[in-house]
Amino acid sequence: MTTTLDQPRKTWRDRVFNRPTRPYIHPYLGGLLLGIVLFLAFFITGNGLGASGGLNRIVVFVQDIFAPEHVDRIPYLLKMAGGALNPLDDWVVPLVVGTIVGGFISGWFSGRLQVETNRGPHISKHTRWATALLGGAIMGYGARMARGCTSGQALSGGAVLSVGSWAFMFAVFAGGYAMAYFVRRLWN
Amino acid sequence: MPFPLPLETLVSKPVMFLIFGLIGVAFGFVLESAGFGNSKKLAAQFYLKDMTVLKVMFGAIVTAMVLIFIAVGLGILDFSLVWVNPTYLGSGILGGLIMGVGFIIGGFCPGTSLVAMATRKIDGLFFVLGVLIGIFAFGETEQYFDQWWNTAGYMGRLTIPDWLNLPVGAVVVGIVLIALFMFWAAEQLERIYGQRDLQKEPSWRRYAAVGLVTFAVSIIVIGTPTTAEKYDRIASTKDAALANREVQINPGELLDSIANDTLKVVVLDVRPEAEFNQFHISGAKNTPLAQIEDIIPELHAQQALNTVFVLASNDEVAATEAWKVLSAESIPNAYVLEGGINQWIATFGKDEGDIVQVSSPAGDDSLCFSFPAALGDRYQAADPLPHEWELDYTPKVKLQVKRDKSGGGCG
Repeated sequence: MTTTLDQPRKTWRDRVFNRPTRPYIHPYLGGLLLGIVLFLAFFITGNGLGASGGLNRIVVFVQDIFAPEHVDRIPYLLKMAGGALNPLDDWVVPLVVGTIVGGFISGWFSGRLQVETNRGPHISKHTRWATALLGGAIMGYGARMARGCTSGQALSGGAVLSVGSWAFMFAVFAGGYAMAYFVRRLWN
Repeated sequence: MPFPLPLETLVSKPVMFLIFGLIGVAFGFVLESAGFGNSKKLAAQFYLKDMTVLKVMFGAIVTAMVLIFIAVGLGILDFSLVWVNPTYLGSGILGGLIMGVGFIIGGFCPGTSLVAMATRKIDGLFFVLGVLIGIFAFGETEQYFDQWWNTAGYMGRLTIPDWLNLPVGAVVVGIVLIALFMFWAAEQLERIYGQRDLQKEPSWRRYAAVGLVTFAVSIIVIGTPTTAEKYDRIASTKDAALANREVQINPGELLDSIANDTLKVVVLDVRPEAEFNQFHISGAKNTPLAQIEDIIPELHAQQALNTVFVLASNDEVAATEAWKVLSAESIPNAYVLEGGINQWIATFGKDEGDIVQVSSPAGDDSLCFSFPAALGDRYQAADPLPHEWELDYTPKVKLQVKRDKSGGGCG
């Protein structure tokens, strides 16, 4: 007598979230593909890529709901949401939404949708969440000061040879390497 | 159709947003595929163990740069319509340093954290929340250093070739070579600090490097298209517009447009300086035809969206040539003054005894009037009062909305 073991039925959850993990693509291939995407963005639309600008507009959209008069009084916010202006009415917003969707699709294909917290071996999950929040806040502040993040300034401005974007890019790496030694326990 | 496409006028807004959304999908897909959703991989860059960030970033920059400038060289992409992040050295460098600190503490940059969040990485979610808080804080505090933020080291649209005064092709080749050196150095660092076996690296990367250099060198060979070559590409539609008199505006329309507060009219007088000094329309700027190409960057820098350029010569010959230059260089809202200065004076200078007509307009751009002295715009006819002149004309000025100048990059 042989018994057939019932194959566990695959639920839709398994098909989305528990697929076999594939390795990342080679960095040079990644660079090549990212370069082609960046080129197509410039070629078709005249604009590059962006991320923090879209997040900025989402923040201002929320501010405009709760404190429209406040938004109208601050020139920086006024530019995006003053009066009847809808801060979400800008190309960078669908771009950011698309980025999230694209990231999800790639993670789905390659089986990288596990819930996890990537962190160095010597810190707890909660420490990592706190540093992520803190680092994010610093990054968000710096990105708006620099009028763009790694995508909108370094990648986009770098490819069209903007002097300011190249200066910015070296500043980011300089800041990162200068700080890396002091926070090495977070990652190593 | 010259690229980039004028999406604002070509397609409806939902379609335009769909296009940007699809670009975003491709962007997010590639970021995640390259491992940018993993903060450990990103942070490893700063401990020299895994140089993926540098390889992907510079790989993308040089790939896009080479493709962009080949397209520009071939004349299929109009670089003046491509958004180039304006240079603000002060805020760019300080903001960059702050971002570097945030990068190594938080392990992401804004774009990569979105991808991490999308793939259910909790640290990515916290980072995105942090970014939103940081952005909010910037919006609330920018007013305290507004002056510095908007002016420190401001240089406008400045590219490395302009800054170094070198040909674009040479700069592109130089940057490609620097990037290849950096890739080589990055691999050595990975070998030393990350114990990576370089024998396992794929050999196709060498062919890719050779291909990249070949494409970069081809930019030098292709060169950049001249204004005349750019015009040739659009000549059929533009010549038709000229022939159908769609862009020649009546003196009456020019006068009304100058008086119209919703328009900012810039009259470019393309005659020789001597004739300009004899008589010119009040407020006109003298730019002899030979110099019109030199002021193109200045015209592009014109920020006001409601700017209308009107070109004037004695008749229309030189003004039409100048209009072709502006069209070839994608300056929006350019028009020719119908009948030129001769018709302007014939219209508005009828009662001005000092100005004497000495010949009738022959269409050869010669000035048909003589003046008692070179008074420039101090004649009544140079600055007629709009309410005294009710002229019949077919209005032709249609304000074409320019590309959103503030919307580029992350802005």
